[in-house]
Amino acid sequence: MQASAVEIQKVNKYYGPFHALKDVDLSVPAGKVTCLIGPSGSGKSTLLRCMNFLEEYDSGEIRIDGRLIGYDAPGRKMGGRALREMRRSIGMVFQQFNLWPHMSARENVAEGLLRVRGLPKAEASARAADALAKVGLADKMDNHPSRLSGGQQQRVAIARAIAMEPRLMLFDEPTSALDPELVGEVLTVMKTLASEGMTMVVVTHEMGFAAHVADRVAFMERGELVAADTPDRILHQPQDPRIQSFLRTYHERNSF
Amino acid sequence: MDLLQQYGPALLRGFGFTVLCWALGTIFGMGLGLLIALLRHYGPRWLCWILQVYIEVIRGTPFLVQLFVLYYGGPLIGLRLDALPAGLLGLTIYGSPYFAEIFRAGFRAVPLGQLEAARAIGMTEASIVRRILLPLSMVSALPALINFSIILTKETVILSIITVPELMYQVSRMSAETFRYVEANLVLALFFWGLVETISRLGRRFEARVTKHLIERT
Repeated sequence: MQASAVEIQKVNKYYGPFHALKDVDLSVPAGKVTCLIGPSGSGKSTLLRCMNFLEEYDSGEIRIDGRLIGYDAPGRKMGGRALREMRRSIGMVFQQFNLWPHMSARENVAEGLLRVRGLPKAEASARAADALAKVGLADKMDNHPSRLSGGQQQRVAIARAIAMEPRLMLFDEPTSALDPELVGEVLTVMKTLASEGMTMVVVTHEMGFAAHVADRVAFMERGELVAADTPDRILHQPQDPRIQSFLRTYHERNSF
Repeated sequence: MDLLQQYGPALLRGFGFTVLCWALGTIFGMGLGLLIALLRHYGPRWLCWILQVYIEVIRGTPFLVQLFVLYYGGPLIGLRLDALPAGLLGLTIYGSPYFAEIFRAGFRAVPLGQLEAARAIGMTEASIVRRILLPLSMVSALPALINFSIILTKETVILSIITVPELMYQVSRMSAETFRYVEANLVLALFFWGLVETISRLGRRFEARVTKHLIERT
């Protein structure tokens, strides 16, 4: 049996009366890429954000490497220190990059190494440089985010996450805010990461990426996880009419 | 000219007190304001409510009245202060709710995503405040902080009423003794104008440095 990096069981989440996640079950295999797809508002970003507890789920369990995140026991919230401890090994990349604009690219990447890992300044800086070189930005290290393109900013954000040496990487629509010509450079970095065996969960509208890079694709609609399977079975031979209709709309929109 | 020779040293000394009261009142007021803003941001609900009442009361009453209550009413509850410490405490209290509101507005202007990014890598809230929230809130807060500091310069004249020997106090004495009201107050105006001009220049320079990479300049 394959080890699960993330094991999600019967997770529910409400925003007031709105039922955002409905009994969601999903297991994310270690060392593999899992893509979450579905229409907007289907709960895929919410589910992703529950995996590092940026969003609190109301019931059910999410286990990261076997350890329950967000709660010590059902109904009893985890203390800040324990949660921070868990988050250290979970990298996250946001749709809007969320770089800190008052710091250079290098300082953005070094910040977590300094404040969270407690590395000495010189070492943090050296590791930040390595991470930035890895995403192809060795020559932009001293630029502030305002002097970088969207694609470059997102690569800095990826470097910021991988510098912490996470065991799991979460991507929340990492290319949705980018101009079309900048999407490729970010996806390339993500593919490299995938080929190195990083466990990745990616919320995306890039069906091409899902088809070619993902090991598993999960389809969500209206807070329900409809199906999770190989990319081929979800994207090319979907059984569920909801997936069929989603893909039909997608193809129509992208044909010309 | 004789007048200046006679009263010059006293006026300069008064101006020194004015600058001192302003600087310390601003620093302490800003500190207390920041503390209030942080407690309202992170604290429990009952504390937020108490601080809200504090802000409303202090903002809703004249500084002169606050100062009287503190200086003449203080001893009734055992708070016996000399004029200068009472004046400084008064300025601190008077300024704090305005500073607190400026900080609150600054916090709100920081995009949530940048705080989430810090939480996601496991930074403590204390680090997040120091490294992310405060620096980024300065984009919108700094001009308002400088502005209110300038307003505070002119509130210092009220301290003369509880006999703090600052510039207004000296000017009043000079005009009472010589009946040269116009000259005396002209001197007062010039001193204040110089002070405010200096603060606003320094403020602009500081602002440019702090927000260097934060505001798009085209």
